[in-house]
Amino acid sequence: MNAADILSTLPELVLTVTALGLLLLEVMGKPPRARFVWVALGGVGLALGLEFAVPSEGQFYAGMISVDLFTRFFNVLFLTTAAGSLLISVPYLRRTLEERGEYYALTLFATVGMMFMAKAHDLTITFLGLELLSVSLYILVAFYRNRVRSNEAGLKYLLLGAFSTGFFLFGIALIYGSTGTTHYDGIRLAIGSGEQLSMALTVTGFGLLIIGFAFKVALVPFHMYAPDVYEGAPTPITAFVSTGPKVAGFAAFLKVIATAFAFTTQHWWGILWILAAITMTVGNITALRQDNLKRMLAFSGVAHAGYLAIAIMVGSADSAFALLFYLAAYAITTLGAFGIVSLIEGEDESGLDMDSYRGLARRSPYLAGVFALIMLSLAGFPPTAGFLGKFFIFSAAIDEGYTWLVIIAVVNSLISVYYYLRPVVAMYMQEPADESAVAVPAFIVPVLLLVVLVALGLGLFPMSLVKNSIAAAGSLF
Amino acid sequence: MTASLFYLFAVGLLGASLFVVLNPNPMYSVVALVFGFANLAAIYFLLEAYFIGALQVLVYAGAIMVLFLFVVMLLNVQSDADHPSLPRVFRIGSWWFGALALVFIGLFLLLVGRSALALLAPSEVPPTQIGSVSQVGEALFTRYLLPFELASLLLTVALIGTVFLAKKKI
Repeated sequence: MNAADILSTLPELVLTVTALGLLLLEVMGKPPRARFVWVALGGVGLALGLEFAVPSEGQFYAGMISVDLFTRFFNVLFLTTAAGSLLISVPYLRRTLEERGEYYALTLFATVGMMFMAKAHDLTITFLGLELLSVSLYILVAFYRNRVRSNEAGLKYLLLGAFSTGFFLFGIALIYGSTGTTHYDGIRLAIGSGEQLSMALTVTGFGLLIIGFAFKVALVPFHMYAPDVYEGAPTPITAFVSTGPKVAGFAAFLKVIATAFAFTTQHWWGILWILAAITMTVGNITALRQDNLKRMLAFSGVAHAGYLAIAIMVGSADSAFALLFYLAAYAITTLGAFGIVSLIEGEDESGLDMDSYRGLARRSPYLAGVFALIMLSLAGFPPTAGFLGKFFIFSAAIDEGYTWLVIIAVVNSLISVYYYLRPVVAMYMQEPADESAVAVPAFIVPVLLLVVLVALGLGLFPMSLVKNSIAAAGSLF
Repeated sequence: MTASLFYLFAVGLLGASLFVVLNPNPMYSVVALVFGFANLAAIYFLLEAYFIGALQVLVYAGAIMVLFLFVVMLLNVQSDADHPSLPRVFRIGSWWFGALALVFIGLFLLLVGRSALALLAPSEVPPTQIGSVSQVGEALFTRYLLPFELASLLLTVALIGTVFLAKKKI
């Protein structure tokens, strides 16, 4: 290990130290807890700054991680998501009197896990990053110790998550057994030169890896945990759970497929095709029947994972760029959606049904406007970022000849319009139960501004993100 | 010789693992798991990874399984005897199961003795052996430094979670 190694993981180190510091502050009980969030946000900001101030390039820690434009793209996305989720959490935690140092620390630990998943260049690191993320999230989901539903969600997530981890680990073991290495480049060389023990072993291992990733990003039929976990978790954590693991999971999935397998494992393309198709369909059809906003957004997240799986399967440079663009748009808008849901939510997890959104446009016009924009972006209306993301993925898929899959996806997008427009209709065309405005805490305002900037700004002027995504995706090929 | 021993221990490991899953009594399952770990350690010994094999016995078959036994006893888990149990041949009571266990234990002790001798006499150790103390240590602090640190971070987070979720008053 030398100085270059340390510099290459500087943002992660800063976050880790901040998280450990927050735990210490909690134990000492010295500064009031209201200041903790500033410490956490300071850490995230510093990490974000270091990401640009100290750029590295290449492989570090004896080839364990690789740092390039791809990892920087995702690190910026992860840190933004983390900051947004911290900001959303503050009013919720204060309202429920649960503001504690552990909450902020665990959010930061989860972010470190995500960052290592994107940086990993060895399956060992991929696995450890995935586990760091997952274990932090299990605890965060069950953070409200006195709520039965929060505990239930945490336990379900832990048990099913541990099960999927077993598949993932067994896949790594089989790949190691066949190729003799866990290093991405080593696996690619072993497959390319035919020096692997048996192709069947590698392909089986890769299939098990798919199951592990499919669970983390909630592809059907590995999505069973998602609605219960999303509904039971405290709403700001739902925002984090529905964005963080999905983005990090797809980032690591794409990197493994592109770097370690060089898109050579066509044996599984049929399976991925079917997974993508049923994920979209099941997610959208089930979302139609949900009256609880958190559950509806959970199933919408499942449906979006289906669209993203198309981009993984197509496996061209265009689809990789589309995946990155889509992930950025999806993560930020979903974060904002759950932020607004957490504002409307009343005491004891009431106010999550569609009726609570009646006449919101008259009560708080700006809030209703942002929420409508989010729904339109998730549904994929032009000129939002969500539309462009779908457009890029579908056109990349058509270029590679997956016409039928795109037809299924477009039909699914049309179905999804129905449930995305339900809250919009309720907000704008129905009478409110009471006329009082919804209080918008100052902490949420920057998140809402960011959402508008991404959903509308990137929809109208997408070139900055397009350029960055193309450059980031390009470093994989 | 080595190949036939490998198959013997592999079968023992698979049998013990099946027993863990199929047996309705958690107490028997834990004991079978110890047996499974011992078989795994024997396979490590066969690969001449003596240090890793010894760690497997010490850490898994020793420390971790004692913890498992404590938990099973403390929680006073009842065997779910109502559920259909496994076929008779797998039951602890059958005489041939005991005899088989004795054979395995004997072979295991033989291997441990052989590897202990090998560990004590470093001059006879083949230079290509993997998993000696120095090799594991060197790998852990050079090539696998980052995974090592990440694993410790993971354990820290798990520890925080355990204390936070399980403690009565925080």
